[in-house]
Parts: sequence; C-alpha cells; structure tokens
Amino acid sequence: MMKHFLIILVAAVGFQTSAFSQDMTELINKVSAKLNQVNDYTAEGSLKTDVSFIKAPSGKVKVYFKKPNKFKLKKDGGISILPKGGVSINMNSMVMTSGYVALAAGESTVDGVKTKIVKLLPTDENSEIVLSTLYIDEANLLVRKAVTTTKENGTYEMGMTYSKYSNYGLPDKVVFSFNTKDYKLPKGITLEFDEGEKSSDLDKLKNKKGRVEITYNSYIINKGVDDSIFK
Amino acid sequence: MWKLLQIELYKIFKRPRTYISFAAITALIGVIQLGLKMDGQAYVDFLMNSLKDNFEFDGQILNAYLVCYIILQLLLIHVPLLIALIAADMISGEANMGTLRLLLTKPVSKTQFILAKFLASSIYTFILLVWIAVFALAFSIYLFGTDDLIIQKTSYVVQIAENDVFWRYIGAFGFAFLSMLTVTALGFFLSLFAENSIGPIVTSMSIIIFFTILSTMTIPLFQKIQPYLFTTHMVNWKEFFDEKVDSQNVVIPGSIQNPQKIIDSALILVLHIVGLVSASIFIFKRKDVLS
Repeated sequence: MMKHFLIILVAAVGFQTSAFSQDMTELINKVSAKLNQVNDYTAEGSLKTDVSFIKAPSGKVKVYFKKPNKFKLKKDGGISILPKGGVSINMNSMVMTSGYVALAAGESTVDGVKTKIVKLLPTDENSEIVLSTLYIDEANLLVRKAVTTTKENGTYEMGMTYSKYSNYGLPDKVVFSFNTKDYKLPKGITLEFDEGEKSSDLDKLKNKKGRVEITYNSYIINKGVDDSIFK
Repeated sequence: MWKLLQIELYKIFKRPRTYISFAAITALIGVIQLGLKMDGQAYVDFLMNSLKDNFEFDGQILNAYLVCYIILQLLLIHVPLLIALIAADMISGEANMGTLRLLLTKPVSKTQFILAKFLASSIYTFILLVWIAVFALAFSIYLFGTDDLIIQKTSYVVQIAENDVFWRYIGAFGFAFLSMLTVTALGFFLSLFAENSIGPIVTSMSIIIFFTILSTMTIPLFQKIQPYLFTTHMVNWKEFFDEKVDSQNVVIPGSIQNPQKIIDSALILVLHIVGLVSASIFIFKRKDVLS
C-alpha cells in the first residue's frame, strides 16, 4: 500500500514539475516571439554612469541592434565607460531561444507589476551565461527585470521600464547594476601626493553598486542597420 | 622703467644660456610625444590596467588632452630648475661681470632697477610657459586630436568632457605661471647675496628639490609642515582637472571639486612672490654695492 502511494506521489510531483517547466518554456517562447518582431533598430538616448570611483559626465548615446545578436552602444562624442560585457547583454541575448531549461521560481512584484520568475539554465556548458533569472510580466509579455550571472563578468541586474515601444518589447529605460571591485592606484603612478581626495562627495558614494542607466528617447525599428557599425 | 625693462629683456634674450631651456623643453616634449605616438596604446593599457578588467572603453583615450596632462605632470617638476638658471643670475651675474655698480650710476632708483630686473625674468618665465603650452597642448592637438580627458587619481577616475577641458588648461597654465613666478622670485632673491651665478642657481635648485621631496613624502611629521612649503601648493594646478558630482554621481559640467584649494594655494604663492620681491627691494636698497 505504502509502495503504491510513494509511486503515485513521485509521479504526481514529476508531472507537476514537468508541466511547470513546459509552461515556462511556452512563456519564454511567447516573449521571444514578441522580441522577434524586431529585426534591427537604431535608438537614441542618454547614458549615465554611476560607479563610486568614477566621475563621469552623462552623455547622449546611439544604440544599434541587429538580429540575431549584434549590439553596439556608441557615445555621441566622447569616451564611453561601460561595465565589461554587461551592456552587450541586451534583451535578445538574454531571452535565449534554444538550448536552455526554463524553470519556474515563483512570483514577484517589480515596480508594482506582478511578474513570474523564470530561471533559464543553458544546456551548453560553454555558454557565457551561467544562469538568467527573468521577471516576466505575463499579461504584457515584457521582461521587467533580469538577473544574469556570467562566467567572466560576474552578475548583472537589469531593470526595464516600458512605455512607447512596449509593443515591440523594447524598453524606454534600462538600468544595469553590477558589483564593482575596489579601485586603488599607487601614488607613484598617479603622481598625486596630497591628501586632497577625502572629499565628502566621494565618501557618501562609497560602497554602492555600480549602475549604468540608459534612457531611450526614440527607436527606429526595422529600417535596416549597416553591418559596418558593429565592427 | 620701460626702457630699463627693454634693456633687461635684451640682455636675457641675448645670452645663449636662455635658449637652453627652450631647447630642453622642446626636446623633452618632442620625445614624450614621439614615444606616445609610436607606442602610446601600450602606455594607455598599462595605465588603464586596473580598470580594463571590469570596464570597456570606447573612444580615443590617448588624445591631446591626456598627452598634455602627462607632459605637464612630468615637466612642471623640472621647469623650476630651468627658470632658476635665468632668475638666479639676474643680480649675481651683473655682480660677477662687475657691471652692477656701473648700472647703478644711471639715474634710476634701486627699487626701479630691482623691479625691472624681476619683471624681465617674469616675462622670460611667461614666455617659457607659453612655449610649453604651444608644444604640449597645441602641437599635441595637431598630432593626437581631441576627445574626453580621463585622469586616474589614486582612489578614483575623472572623466572630463571634451568641451569642458580647454578652459581648465588655461586655468592650469595660469596657476602654473604663479608657481613658476614663485621660483623666479626665489632665484631672484638669492641672486642678491652672491657675486657669481653658480651659488644662487644651485641654492635655488637645492631648495626646490628639498622642498619637493618633503612635499611628496607621506610621513606624518612631514605632512605637518607640508602646508607651509610653497612646493606643496605649486602642484595644485591639477585641481582644475577634478570635477564635482551630483547626488547621482554624475559630473556637473564646468565645475571644480575644490576651488577653494586653488584660491588658497594661489594666494599663498602670491604672498611668497610679494614677500620675496619686497625682501629683495628692501635688502638691495640697503646693500652697499661694491662690485
């Protein structure tokens, strides 16, 4: 009797897990299909870098994307400082279309929107992404938040805000958060010998995560982007 | 006074020694520019080593503004030595040649005489700095082009937008002129006490080297006296290249992190200049000129 009960229980749990996993794959496929409407885009926006040890001005940027995975961010004049690998993890590369296992991990609320938490595990051992956790707004098929762990560049968090271009699954604002290491250079290299760096401005910004904020003003969608831009 | 100044300038620029400084600076800047032009990327990679593990840079890091900053950092420590060559020779050189007494037989006051000589050496200092500015900045712009300036400090990095850099260089060169004028005043003051040029030139150089070492050593005992050394304030031209940030850590364009530090240092340098020139006039007026 006990044996039969256990068999039924294991089968029921197995079926449930499989059903959940299937559901999530379907949801991912739906999100992916929405994103697949966009073959390419050119977007204009502004970039803000907030890293405790970097004082950088905000500036205008142009972002280029082309299927399947070409992505380039160019600052409109000036030098752009971006977290390594982080910004190039765009929506399309984040939502894997094949070679993954999607697991349900509950529900959560992001910026007041109810989301489903989906963990994406790549099946390819050589994949740069180790684990992606997506917070998907099921009603609108939009990824509101993504936490991505990579092999080389640590863990990134992306928060997305949608408005005008939500029909294409393209965000109006993306906030990348990442962990930063301590920065220290010997005085012999910098030739800074005074103690003038203990400013209150710097002290109050210490121990913060690094953040890069891109606010998109406009997108030009599916009008073609030249391959030379990505070189 | 104007005639006196013209004569002094003529004497300065007639001497071959004057042009050693210009030749040395041209050669030094030329060598740095050549090195950076040929293998600058390796130098930038070395500088950015601590950041490149975590960040990607897109743009021309090695540009004229960075080259000029590197040159000024290296050169402004050594230019005082070249200035001392001329300033410390102004009175002692005349005494050595035996022309000081002869000059003072002319119908000019000792104050006018001293001021004309100091003014002439100040003009030399100014021209030397303009020379540095032309070669280090203008020629670098021609060679490397311009972009944002990225400066690495000991505990943080400053990125200054391309259109926000040039006025900072004007400010930095203006401040550097005050620093160099302090050295001019020191050399000039010391030249009152000798009858040959070597003594005051070597003494000026020794004081600058000694004070610079004291200014740069982070030993608590030395740190207490550092605010009183003019060499500590001479390097504060760098303050023009630090910016304020807002609550979101975004740079406020056109701002300076610590403008008061620049003002304080400039005032201390001006005080040194006024003090040394006044002391020179005071001593020279009471000096029995026998040479």
